[in-house]
This record gives sequence, C-alpha cells and structure tokens, in this order.
Amino acid sequence: MTSGPMAGPVPTDETAREIDARSTDLSGVPANPTAAVAMGDIGGTFWRRFVFRRPLAALILKRLGLSVGLLFAVSLMISGGIEALPGDFATTYLGQSATPQAVENIRRDLGLDRPWSERYLSWLGGAVTGDFGTSWASKQSVSEQIGKRLGNSLFLAFFAALVSVPLAVGLGMVAVQFRNRMPDKIINVISLAAISLPEFFVGYLLIMVFAVEWGVATFPATVYDGMAFTDRLSAIALPVATLVLVVLAHMMRMTRAAILNVMSSAYVETAELKGLSTFRIIARHAAPNAVAPVINVVALNLAYLVVGVVVVEVVFVYPGMGQYMVDAVTVRDMPVVQACGLIFAAFYIFLNMAADILAILANPRLRHPR
Amino acid sequence: MNVKSIPISAWVGIAGIAIAILCAAFAPFLAPFGEREIVGEIWMPAGGEFLLGTDNLGRDLLSRLIYGARTTILVALAATVLSFALGMVLSFAAAVMGGFVDQLFSRFNDLMMAIPTLIFALVVLAVLPQHLWILILVMAVLDSTRVFRIGRAVALDVAVMEFVEAARLRGEGSIWIIFREILPNTLSPLLAEFGLRFAFSILFLSTLSFLGLGIQPPAADWGGMVKDNKDGIIFGISAALVPGAAIAMLAICVNLVVDWLMKRTSSLKGGRGDA
Amino acid sequence: MPDLLSVKNLKIEATSYPPGEPPKVVTLVEGVSFDLEKGKVLGLIGESGAGKSTIGLSALAYGRGGVRITGGEVLLDGKDILKLDKTGIRMIRGARVCYVAQSAAAAFNPAHKLGDQVIEASLRHGIMTREEAKTRALYLFRVLGLPNPESFGERYPHQVSGGQLQRAMTAMALCPNPELIVFDEPTTALDVTTQIDVLAAIKHAIEETRTAALYITHDLAVVAQVSDDIMVLRHGKTVEYGTTKQVIEAPKEDYTRALVSVRQTKRAEAEDQSGALLKIEHVHAAYGNGFKVLHDVSMHLPKGQTLAIVGESGSGKSTLARVITGLLPPTEGRITFEGKELPQALKSRTQEELRRIQMIYQMADTAMNPRQTVRDIIGRPLSFYFGMRGARKTERIKELLDQIEMGARFQDRYPAELSGGQKQRVAIARALAAKPELILCDEPTSALDPLVAEGILNLLLKLQEETAVSYVFITHDIAIVRAIADSVAVMHRGRLVRFGPKSKVLSPPFDDYTDLLLKSVPEMEIGWLERVLATRRMESAGN
Repeated sequence: MTSGPMAGPVPTDETAREIDARSTDLSGVPANPTAAVAMGDIGGTFWRRFVFRRPLAALILKRLGLSVGLLFAVSLMISGGIEALPGDFATTYLGQSATPQAVENIRRDLGLDRPWSERYLSWLGGAVTGDFGTSWASKQSVSEQIGKRLGNSLFLAFFAALVSVPLAVGLGMVAVQFRNRMPDKIINVISLAAISLPEFFVGYLLIMVFAVEWGVATFPATVYDGMAFTDRLSAIALPVATLVLVVLAHMMRMTRAAILNVMSSAYVETAELKGLSTFRIIARHAAPNAVAPVINVVALNLAYLVVGVVVVEVVFVYPGMGQYMVDAVTVRDMPVVQACGLIFAAFYIFLNMAADILAILANPRLRHPR
Repeated sequence: MNVKSIPISAWVGIAGIAIAILCAAFAPFLAPFGEREIVGEIWMPAGGEFLLGTDNLGRDLLSRLIYGARTTILVALAATVLSFALGMVLSFAAAVMGGFVDQLFSRFNDLMMAIPTLIFALVVLAVLPQHLWILILVMAVLDSTRVFRIGRAVALDVAVMEFVEAARLRGEGSIWIIFREILPNTLSPLLAEFGLRFAFSILFLSTLSFLGLGIQPPAADWGGMVKDNKDGIIFGISAALVPGAAIAMLAICVNLVVDWLMKRTSSLKGGRGDA
Repeated sequence: MPDLLSVKNLKIEATSYPPGEPPKVVTLVEGVSFDLEKGKVLGLIGESGAGKSTIGLSALAYGRGGVRITGGEVLLDGKDILKLDKTGIRMIRGARVCYVAQSAAAAFNPAHKLGDQVIEASLRHGIMTREEAKTRALYLFRVLGLPNPESFGERYPHQVSGGQLQRAMTAMALCPNPELIVFDEPTTALDVTTQIDVLAAIKHAIEETRTAALYITHDLAVVAQVSDDIMVLRHGKTVEYGTTKQVIEAPKEDYTRALVSVRQTKRAEAEDQSGALLKIEHVHAAYGNGFKVLHDVSMHLPKGQTLAIVGESGSGKSTLARVITGLLPPTEGRITFEGKELPQALKSRTQEELRRIQMIYQMADTAMNPRQTVRDIIGRPLSFYFGMRGARKTERIKELLDQIEMGARFQDRYPAELSGGQKQRVAIARALAAKPELILCDEPTSALDPLVAEGILNLLLKLQEETAVSYVFITHDIAIVRAIADSVAVMHRGRLVRFGPKSKVLSPPFDDYTDLLLKSVPEMEIGWLERVLATRRMESAGN
C-alpha cells in the first residue's frame, strides 16, 4: 500500500492484511492443497476436469466446503476445549456447599457422567436440528430463548449496517478525493481516535448526552413482543448509533486504502493519459476494480459487528444474544454458552466466506478464464 | 534516529504513555488516598477534596484511577509480551521450517481465528477458574493468533529474499538465519505490530473487566471501574465516564505512536538506496 | 511551418521525502530541447534515472506522482501545452498525443475487454463513431500482426500473452489517429525473440499511419532500428543530439562512444575443453507441484573456464542453477564436482562442498542483508568457512575489497549506501571470500546500466585470470556470451538445444531455435531490422 497514512489502529490493519492475504489466495491454485489431494485420490479426473472447465464454480465450492469444515472444527473445539480445560462444573456450580454426594447428583443430572464423545455427538446432533438442550440455570429450552433473542440482535446489527455501510463508503471516497489535504487529514485523525474508543465508553457517553442530559433518546433500550415498529426503532437508536461509531472508522479507513490502491494503479494512469474526464475515470476504470475490495471490507466489518453487539447489548440492557451469553458465562451455564458461541462463530465464518466469494466473483481473471 | 523527525502527534502519544506509566509505577506516592479506602459519600461530585469525585462505594475516583493504571497496564503488557513471544516463536518456526510444520501451525491458527476473539474468550473464561494469571494467559493465547499470522507473513517476505537464500547456500543453520538474517529486517514492522497489539490488549482487557470477566474487585482496573459506576449514568453521574476516558486516551496515545512507527517503516522500505 | 513538437529548455523537478529529513526538491531534467517533425521518430536514450520517461510524459503535460514541469516550453504545433488548462490538456491527451507504457499488462484495465479499451479514447474525444473506431481497430490489429484480429478485441487482458498485449497497447495508442505517440520502453519487458516481432510491428505501424513518435529506451541498438534522430541523455541533461546515422556511426561525446562500443570486449575461448570440474548428467527436475522444468540436461565445465547458459525466460536456465546449488534436488540424473558426485539436496552437502560453489545474483539489492555492513557481508564467509577473526580477518577483507577495486573505505557502508555496480562488486567479493572453485552467476549484469555492466564483466574476467575460478554464467544476452564464454549451452523450454565450445555453438549450421535467437538480438547497426525481416520473408517464401 503506497498510500499515505493508512497505518495505525487496532483491527483495521489486521483486517486490511486479511484482504491482502485473501487476494493472493485467488490465483486459481487450489487454496487448500490437502483437500485437493484427498479428492484427487477418489474422483481425481472428474474433479480435475471440473476445476479446469469451471474454475469459478470450483473455487466457490471449495470455499463453501472450507466453511462447513471450519464450522465443524469450531464445534469440536468449543466442546472438546471445554472438556480439556481444568475445572469441574459441578463443583463450581455448587460453590461453597459442595459435598461429594451433591456433586455426584449434579453430575448425573447434567449428564456429565457420560463419556465426552457421546455427549458431543448428541449435542452436535441436536445443534444441527436446532435443539441446543436446556439451560442449567433456568431449566428452559436454550433454542427457544435464542430464537427470541437472535431476532433482536439481528435487528440491531441490520440497522447498524444500514447506516454505517453507505456512510463509511461515502466518507472513504471523500477522503480519497481530498487525499492528503485538510478534509482527509481531519477524517484520518478522527477515525484514529474513534478506533481507540472502547464500545462501552461510546455507549455511556451517548446515554449521558442524549438520554440523560437532553432526554431525546430512551435508556435502557428495552424491546418486547408486540412492540410497535416505530417504538422499536426509537428504542434501538442509541445502540445503533454506538455500533455505527465503532464500526464506521474501521470501515472508512479500509475503504480509503482499497480505493487509493486502485487509483494509484497503472491502468488509471492510462485512462488519465487517454484524456478521459475525472468522472469517467472513476466510474468506468476505478470503480469496477474497487468494488471487490470494498465489498470485502464491508463484509469483514460486518463480521466485526458480531462482536460489537455483545458489549453494546450489555451497555444498553438490550435483550439480545450477546447479553444472554454474557449472563450465561457469569453463572457458568454451559449449554447456553456453547450454543451462543457456536452461533456467533457461525455468523462470523459465514460473513468471512461471503467476503471471499464476492471477491472471487468480482475478479475478472476468474470470471473469464483463458 | 533523528529526534527532530518525530512528528508532534507521536510526541503527544509518547507523553501520554509516559504519564500512564509514571502513574502505574508510583501509584502509592501519587494517589491521595488508598486503593480500597472508603473516604466519603457515594458518588460525590468532582472538585474540592476529591478531584474527580467518589465512586459507587465512596472511594476516591482519582486514587482508584491511578492504581487502576497499574493493573490495567501491567496485565495488558504481560499479555502482549506473552502473546508476542508465543506468536513470534511459532510463526518464525513455521516460516523457516516450512512444509508439514508450517501447514499444521497455519491450519490450526486459521481455526483459532475463525472464532471471534471476544466470543472465544467468553467461552473459555466460562470454564476456567478466575485467576489473574489465567486471564493473562487466555488473552495472550488468543492474541498470539494475530501475531502468528503477521509474524509468518513478515518472516516469509524476508525468508524468500535472496540474502536468506545466500545464507542457506553458505550452509548457515536455522538459528543464524532467524536471528541474524531475518529478525533484524523485521524489527520495524514488528515493533509497530507490538504497539497495535498492546492497544488492542488494553481495550480487550477493559472490555472483559467491564463484562465482569476480567480483573475481579476490589482491585481497581479501568474497565472494572466503568462497570462499578455504570448505574450512576441514569442519574447523570459521570463517574463511569472517567475511567472510560482514561482507557480511550491511553489507546489513542499508543495508536498515535504506532501510526508514526508504521509510516517510518514504509518510508524506510523505499529508503536510502533510491534517493 | 513549425515542427510538430518542439521542446525548449525543459526543466522538471520533483519533491522527495527522505525519512528523517525535511523534504527536498530534486531536479530531474534540466535544459533539454529538441524538435520533432511530422511523421518522424526521435529516440530518447539513457540509463535508468536519466529522465527519459519524464521527458516523454511531458509531451502529454503529465508528471507522474509529484513530478512537476517547472520551466521551459512544450510546443505542440506551435502552441505551448504547458499553458493549457485542465480541459485543454484533456483534449490533447488520447487524441493528438498518445502513450504506450512499458508494462502493458499493468496498463490495461483487467475489468474490460481489450477492444473496448482500444477504441475508448477515439469515442470519448468524438473522433470517430463506434463503427469507424471498430473498423480502425481491426485494421490496426492486422497491421500489428495480432492473431485472429476479428475476435481479438473480445478478449480480456489476462487472456493474451505479453507480446500481444504490448501490440494491443500500440493499437490503442494509434487508434485515434494521433499526431504523436510516446513509446516508453515498449519492448524492454519482452524476451528477445518476442521483442523483434513487436519492434517490427511498431515500426510497420508507424510507417503505415505516418505518426510521429518519441521512442524511449535504454537500448541503443533497438532505437537505431526505429528512429530518425537520437538524443542521448544522462542525469537529466542532453549529452548528444543528432541524426541516428551520426550518433551510431560517428558519436561525438565520450559517453556516447562508450555506449556504442559497449561489449566490444572479446575473449578467445580456451582450446582444451576436455576436463570437467562440473559435470551435469541427464538431469531432470520438477517443481513441488509436479510441473517439469528440466528435461534430460547434460553439460560440463572444465576448470578455470566459463560456461554460459543462454535462454529466454522460462527456458529453465535459472532452475538449472538451483539444481546445481542443491536448492532444488533433481528428480533424475547426477551432478559431479571434481569427479565426486555431489549430494543432491543442500542439507546433505558438507560445509566444504558448499564452500567450493558460490553464487552471484541478478539483483544485488536483495542478495545482501540491508542491515549488515560491507564488512559483515564479506567477513561472514571468512569466519564461517575458515574461522578467521580479528586482524587476519580485517586484513583479508581489505584484500578482497582491493581485488574488487573498491578499497577499504567502503567497509562500514550499508548496501543502501552503495551504487548498483558497487553492490554487485561486494556480492562478488562475498563469493570470492569463500575461495570457491566455481561461481554461479545468475544474470549478474542484466539489472545494470551498460557501462557499469561492462566494468563488472571485466572484473569477473580479471578475477578468473588471477584465481583460476570457473564460472557458470546464466544470461539471456548473446553479446555477453560472445564476450566471456568458453563453452555455451543454449536452453529452450527446459531442454538443452545446443552445447559445445563457443565457436561451434555460435556458428552455422544452426538448429531452428538457436538461429531464431541469434537473429533476434538487435545489432548496433542501422537497417539491421529490415535485413532480418527480409531474410525471414525469403525463407518463408522458400518454404
């Protein structure tokens, strides 16, 4: 990246490098050699012919397969990792009052006396069909709780994305347009600061100003069934604003870098030396090539929203997945923790996969093979 | 290095970090009251005897802020150093050995990174007993995945350079190649990366503490102080915002320094040779 | 009638930002003037950094990344284009003056079809209708000898070869019927056998369309084929300016003379080529992914002599070097060194075996650790192989620095503080420090300017006389082969085409590939291109 002050902040750079790392994966060479070898052994000629004829479809299939495999590995890790770590739930669960007999009873009640592999398989079987068992703490069905709360979380994330994506892309373009001049520098400094702010600080600051001092917003952000849509919207105004502020800076800086990268390419210089108008250079020559990296940036940041949601929900006492999980962690309610962990990871993996597939689709070299 | 070439923004960052470190080092001398000492009413306003007011139990906010710097910086720094040591050793090993070792480490790292850090931490901390060293260890292991990824990329960048090949052809061992040929050429980007990871650790630790899973009371730490005082917000009491601002300031200062380090690195790349 | 292009007293500056220092204004070009008539070609020639591309772009009133034209006039048909506003300049670019870049692969937009990009400027400037533009593009594709001209425009840039892209770029520049085209090293990135075709196509197209051109290159032999006038540039200033005939046949300045007479060093080959220090027998090699790169290659090199391996990119010549060093173990065949078989893999070779074979790389920049001083770089083999330290080591480092004609004052410099030629000399000293019997030279001069390269070649020859070291010299440059080799191996697509003493390999009867290769190398002679093309036509007529 030859482009000025892209440097800096916490996940920005990390994710920017992720983009770099990804784009090299698109060379058409099998991204996962071991998988290719394994398939080569079985249906070798068929797969190879398929890769040759439809390289695009093959790459996408491979990426899909990778995600499924990853999700499976994650489920194994969540379950197996918990098992391998020291600490006994029954003892912790009972706390001070743990007599050997009570511990034994609890273990049997929770099914901890069965071997791990058996428990994992039944848990996985349930998870696939949407049954995550019952909560240790409330004895209620985990799936039912999640069903309600997942909707709430998605509602929140959706509106945050709706506001932040166009805003970030727009600001990124403004920064490029005024590159190294005042507006760009101001945007750079502000975004650098915004990246350093913890989510909860932003949240409480907004509450302090808008809900307490001015009284124009509501706190806590309570939502319930049968609430009118407009009421719902006004309830989530502050949490959405917080999420937007948190994600905006990352997304904007990455967009700026992605566009600058395209603008400094030789083919944009060629367009300029053809005497084309600025508008045409941007619309016809820069944009088609900038779309892929920008979409990638957006998808990666939406994945980041998944994490942001957790803290923001706690701050605003919003009944979503994040709060459910944090509450479960404090009382060590493992079925809930496992279920939430898996779902969050699934969203994260899915969005990362979407980013990759969109990048593959936008690559002309792959769309028009030789 | 030329002192004059350091930009103002970096000076601000360095000054901020210096102040925080001074607070951490000399907390007992700087703080007007004790860390856990209840000295007044609940949530007294700022000014007068208590410069920043008191907290939800009537402890002096400024004193807790100063002691909090100690815990927050120490834990974040320990986690960063540990994650760096772990990530660097594994990533350089992967880059230099290549082949099966590289595949194994990299695939496992991909798997670890497929789960968002915070979610991973929540799952793991739900199981593990609450100890400070466990917290540091969990933070370090989770963060080392990022260090691994960058370390490997940087090391591979350098490892394919012809001077490394020349050293191999000479018959040099892996230790020489890593420490004499590769490491000196990766210091700048890695130093910047260390700053980034440190800033991230501060934010991450604060977030965990805020969620009640980090440093346990009554020890003062900035994230935990936000959690303690958050209920005051509805009554217009800004006690929770003070430690929040402290976290933000420190993170901003670190990022300012990192920003400068990164620019320096990138301008060194095309460096003296071309001029 | 005024000249088409008239540049007067041009001055171009740029601001550089050295790290840790205040920004500096650097003068890139100063006091350059020239005139170009309609339909004529002016060659701008010089080493890298001579400012030739910068001058070329000034004809489009364009400065690349922070480069500013700060003085002088650029008159197009008598009007100064530097005084035009943005719209005025836009009307000239892509309509009256067009540009052909060195790397067409980067200059074409990967997202659009070639045909659309070729006709874009003509349409946007309202010079022709879409139908007219398409007809003209088709005509140009034919003139430039592109395969399947009818469907060529339907392809995407990544779907055609480098030589074809370069021709397509020329078509793109010619399409709007411009008065002037700036060619910026259009054939430098191509292999010699491809270069000749592209060069011929460009020359033919210029003649057909009667367009004037600025032809920028570092290769005097190339420019002699296409241009009417030549301007020699150095450090942003004019060295010599005259007709092609005058500059090539009667250069006035020392610098030009040196450029013209470069590679005149010739060395007679050794008579006895029977012994073998290095013997390569039936070597096959493949990359990790199973792609075969070498097929049954055998050759040998007597002690104290030079074996040149010639070939274009992809011929496997560098791979062969990797096989000899052990970096890429062969899949079949064996390599013997002084009668003893070398272990195939690097790891299984002893320190003594490693010491006897050293290597010099093409890019001295990347071949030396930028964090080590010259002393560290040269000193390491001394302590590593011979356990030298202290005064003895210092003494030996000085000796080596004298041997490469640099002197002890360079000891404490870092590679970044050396010029390109000096870096390559230090790399040679590092190889010499191991007292090797064989040095593998992988294109050690091809990244250097011609005069500097000449110095390096002479140094290598001198060292061979002094120490009786043998060289395997990998190159794509036949002139170098003529200058320094005893025996020659010609490689093509991973196979050995021809091997033997230089005098035999480089004289007829030839096989087809060697013939093509030898004929493709531009000679410093006006009319060479026509001659070669004429013989080609005769041959194809004969067939």
